[in-house]
Amino acid sequence: MLELQHISYDVQQDGDNKGILRDINLTIDERFVAITGPNGGGKSTLAKVIAGIYTPSAGRILLDGEDITELNITQRAQRGVSFAFQQPVRFKGLTVKDLITLASGKNIGVPEACNYLSEVGLCAKDYIDREVDGSLSGGELKRIEIAMIMARGTKLSVFDEPEAGIDLWSFSNLIQVFEHLHERIHGNILIISHQERILNIADRIIVLADGQVQAQGTRDEILPGLLGETGGVCAALSNKVK
Amino acid sequence: MDAIQKSLLEQVAELHDVPEGAYNIRANGKSAARNTTATIDIVSKTDKDGIDIIIKPGTKNQSVHIPVVLSESGLHDMVYNDFFIGEDSDVTIVAGCGIHNCGEQNSEHSGIHTFYVGKNARVRYVERHYGEGDGLGENIMNPTTVVEMEEGSYMEMETTQIKGVDSTVRTTNAKLGPKATLIIKEKVMTHGKQLAKSDFTVELDGEDCHTNVISRSVARDQSKQVFLARINGNNRCYGHSECDAIIMDQGVVAAIPEVTANCVDASLVHEAAIGKIAGEQLTKLMTLGLTEQEAEEQIVNGFLK
Repeated sequence: MLELQHISYDVQQDGDNKGILRDINLTIDERFVAITGPNGGGKSTLAKVIAGIYTPSAGRILLDGEDITELNITQRAQRGVSFAFQQPVRFKGLTVKDLITLASGKNIGVPEACNYLSEVGLCAKDYIDREVDGSLSGGELKRIEIAMIMARGTKLSVFDEPEAGIDLWSFSNLIQVFEHLHERIHGNILIISHQERILNIADRIIVLADGQVQAQGTRDEILPGLLGETGGVCAALSNKVK
Repeated sequence: MDAIQKSLLEQVAELHDVPEGAYNIRANGKSAARNTTATIDIVSKTDKDGIDIIIKPGTKNQSVHIPVVLSESGLHDMVYNDFFIGEDSDVTIVAGCGIHNCGEQNSEHSGIHTFYVGKNARVRYVERHYGEGDGLGENIMNPTTVVEMEEGSYMEMETTQIKGVDSTVRTTNAKLGPKATLIIKEKVMTHGKQLAKSDFTVELDGEDCHTNVISRSVARDQSKQVFLARINGNNRCYGHSECDAIIMDQGVVAAIPEVTANCVDASLVHEAAIGKIAGEQLTKLMTLGLTEQEAEEQIVNGFLK
């Protein structure tokens, strides 16, 4: 269970303090929790605060009751926090197998590494020895990023827009990936997404806009409002435009 | 050979004992062991230090090991090795130099390797340089490689210097005939106050010949590296050079391209990228549970792999 208590994150802009996150209070204890909202609303910043990449200006973060606010990225990862980047990082020289092995934290064999790749829809034998460099497409990198989270198998997995760059045909497969991850680990999965099909599987949806929680509830409570008259465009964004 | 020499041999040639096939092991300036085969002959030069390695035409899937080890401080070793690679042959040549210097004087090895690659022959040439020892004397290596390639021949040259060489100037001069291909892959890591300079000159003389000179290097501490790739396109040809370097601490890397198209059908490309390890790479590996130092090691090892 992840608890965020009064989390704020400020940056300096033109000599003024700008609040990117403002007094966020959340408890993540369900199977799938989705965070949605307009661009620039603070979603990715929140994910980075959870992973330890950004240090909050105020507030506490608790993982299974332990205060992890002062822990660095490595310590949080070792406590059981995984984070799939929105824009995966490229590495010259490191192969797909190297990264999956590092993610799993032990010397896994090729068959096990291949299982993770197959799960995210990549033909394992074509990819296992490929370098994770500019020769891979954005969609391929995204799938490898997800495979790394599968290999980690931690109690909290945070995905920042996992669907971006993944073709429509593979979408149902992506949903299955999350379901399998949960079946195996029984942990909490937090997904930042704009996609209706991902919001559909969420046990709870949180709408984040202007650095604040605008609304949260079950999909039945939140989804109709989000989709309602806006033809799929986020309602918070739609309100903003109005 | 003693334990130190055997350990050096393992570092430069991955040999735990005498290799199979043809070999010539040189220890402290003298020939220590040699073996020839029916198709690969090794003959000592009579006018100067060095050997001729003669590979008969059509020799396939054979290897030659010619490692050099220096364990006496203050030794200045200079050798001339000539390789005659027969037509249509396909061989692997493993050379390398390991220096163990515990003394106060400099130890130095300079080898001039000349390759005559026959028509349609294929050669893989692997060269590793390694130094060790806690003495004040420096380990110095200045290898020179000269390559002459006949029509349709192919050569892949892999040079590696990872540790312990205080000063090195590597000079490579190659001339390519028609449809010949030369691939050079260099890996260098320098630390302390080391200096490593690589100076490549490739003459693309023959029609449809091709070269690719690729350098991956890491400069740590106060070390300095210079990568100079000179490619002259003298016919319809393709030449590409690439320097990819990671700098750490106060390390310095200079990449100097010199590509000259002397023919309108020559196509030449140079790429260079030098910089420190990207912060996001460290962050990514740290989110997998690695410490910053472990992440750095993984990135450097992968980069030089």
